[in-house]
Amino acid sequence: MDRRRPFNARAMSWQVVGYLAMAFIVIMMGIPLFWMLTGSLKTLGEIYTFPPVWIPNHPQWSNFSDAWNRAPFERFYLNSIITTFIGMSIELVNATLTAYALAFLRFPYKRLVFILILAALMIPSQVTILPNFLTMANLDWVNTYQGIILPGASVAFGTFLLRQYFMGLPKDVLDAAKVDGCSHLRLLWSVVIPMSKPVLVTFGLLSIVWKWNEFLWTLVITNTLDMRTLPIGIAYLFDVEGNTQWGVVMAGTIFVVAPMLVIFLLAQRYIVEGITAGATKG
Amino acid sequence: MSDAQQALDPGAGRTGVDLGFRERISGWRQRAGRSEVILFLLFIAPNMMLFSVFTFWPMIYNMYLSTVRWDMISPTRQSVGTANFEYLLTQGSFHNVLLNTFYFTAGAVGGTLILGLLFALLLNQPLRGRDGVRAVVFAPTLLSGAAIAIVWIYMFDPRFGIIAQMLALSGITSPRWLNDPSWAMVAIIIVYVWKNLGITLVIYLAGLQAIPKELYEAAKIDGAGPLRTFWSVTLPMLSPITFFLFVTSLLSSFQAFDIIHVMTSGGPVESTMTLIYYVYEQGFVVFNAGRAAAAALVLFVIMFVITILQLHYSERKVHYG
Repeated sequence: MDRRRPFNARAMSWQVVGYLAMAFIVIMMGIPLFWMLTGSLKTLGEIYTFPPVWIPNHPQWSNFSDAWNRAPFERFYLNSIITTFIGMSIELVNATLTAYALAFLRFPYKRLVFILILAALMIPSQVTILPNFLTMANLDWVNTYQGIILPGASVAFGTFLLRQYFMGLPKDVLDAAKVDGCSHLRLLWSVVIPMSKPVLVTFGLLSIVWKWNEFLWTLVITNTLDMRTLPIGIAYLFDVEGNTQWGVVMAGTIFVVAPMLVIFLLAQRYIVEGITAGATKG
Repeated sequence: MSDAQQALDPGAGRTGVDLGFRERISGWRQRAGRSEVILFLLFIAPNMMLFSVFTFWPMIYNMYLSTVRWDMISPTRQSVGTANFEYLLTQGSFHNVLLNTFYFTAGAVGGTLILGLLFALLLNQPLRGRDGVRAVVFAPTLLSGAAIAIVWIYMFDPRFGIIAQMLALSGITSPRWLNDPSWAMVAIIIVYVWKNLGITLVIYLAGLQAIPKELYEAAKIDGAGPLRTFWSVTLPMLSPITFFLFVTSLLSSFQAFDIIHVMTSGGPVESTMTLIYYVYEQGFVVFNAGRAAAAALVLFVIMFVITILQLHYSERKVHYG
């Protein structure tokens, strides 16, 4: 565009403004992550100094081993991985089965089931923490994995997301399978699931992110350090190290966010699709 | 259902999905056979059982708890009728909680919507590297609120934090942010907006790309300038998305917990005590089950009314559209 109209100074200057604005956004939005990364490698002297040190001169890799040793991070990781992946798997199975039933199976009171799921969508988990805690106490499931996982394992949003995708699958393929005498289980397993991989990946990834970062419920349902997950664990490390050992604390925050950053770099597209799916239907 | 995620809100009130009750495969003419009914029930059973035990039952249980006085330890619960609600409605401290919630919500929703739209308008232009910028804005939405809250505490440090040092370069003395009752909520809002901006950005971007190009060409032919085009074409075409984002951001801001817990724990002097934090504190810090349940019910009613309004509006859109 610039080459065709070399003297369009007005368009040029708008472009410059655009790039400056982009640079400004990257700096403002990126500084916290940059500060976390560089802070994790700084000496205490580099942290408590003015003017600020942007690039650590003597990278303190020991901050990472110190963080790892001062809180039981191997337990936090284990707990986070177990609760995240089991929770995500149950959610995925629940969403797939319910969405299949709603999309393809005949049932006289289907409308009622719909309304129930919609009602569940309207009850946020934060409102039910107290009674759920008491239920868990009665079951003797406080401070257990099932206690952490089960209240978050039912799916409303994912059910609607998957059902919508299932309804958009090519009708003739499904009909052909039906004519061939395909049973519903077979239709689900060999036709619907393989054809729905993108939406299943999207929902699975979103579910992983939510569960990895879950805070309030895990905070109230666990009460010993060896059952805490990473988000609660990092708050613990911060309480222990306080406002002094910032290098060590920043290294700890990287333990928590790194897996999600990797997922983001590998699968940004799927996640963005999942987030926009609810908002921009035709 | 997990929380926003924080903010990455799993879709509380997200009703943009198609709720048409039509059957998809019209070829299956025969009435639902018995085996099909059984299969349907089997398929929905696990999900429905979990909903019953951990979503519907606790709602009922919560209503009962809101009518008792109970310290969560003693074996007896004293029935007090509506006393818990009367306490909340007449107590200045609870009014303060509602005001804080309103303050936080206004800042959080206003910030994410306005900045999200501005960023989307910019990143919708044919500028090189815009996908990278979008990634930088979006990345924080996937990160643990607790972890990034700690990073921001480090940045907000009034003496050696990067923010104080930048302000010092411009000759401004940094406020004491998290230790100052009049600045703590500002700090919380900044962090929340920073973390959740990516969601509004990508949704606004999708909305901008869905606006038909012909409308812009027509505006150009009519001699409309960029500002005029924005007011008369872009903004009206985005209004359904803006409404959707307004409601969903509102609902997820009511559920913001981890950032507040780590950064201020509701303080200083309860200046960042929002409704959800009050529920947590009454229930799990001072063990006043009745008051926690009553406050949770207030939170639910507020969110429920907002959702109903959204459903009502969306349905009208469908009919008129």
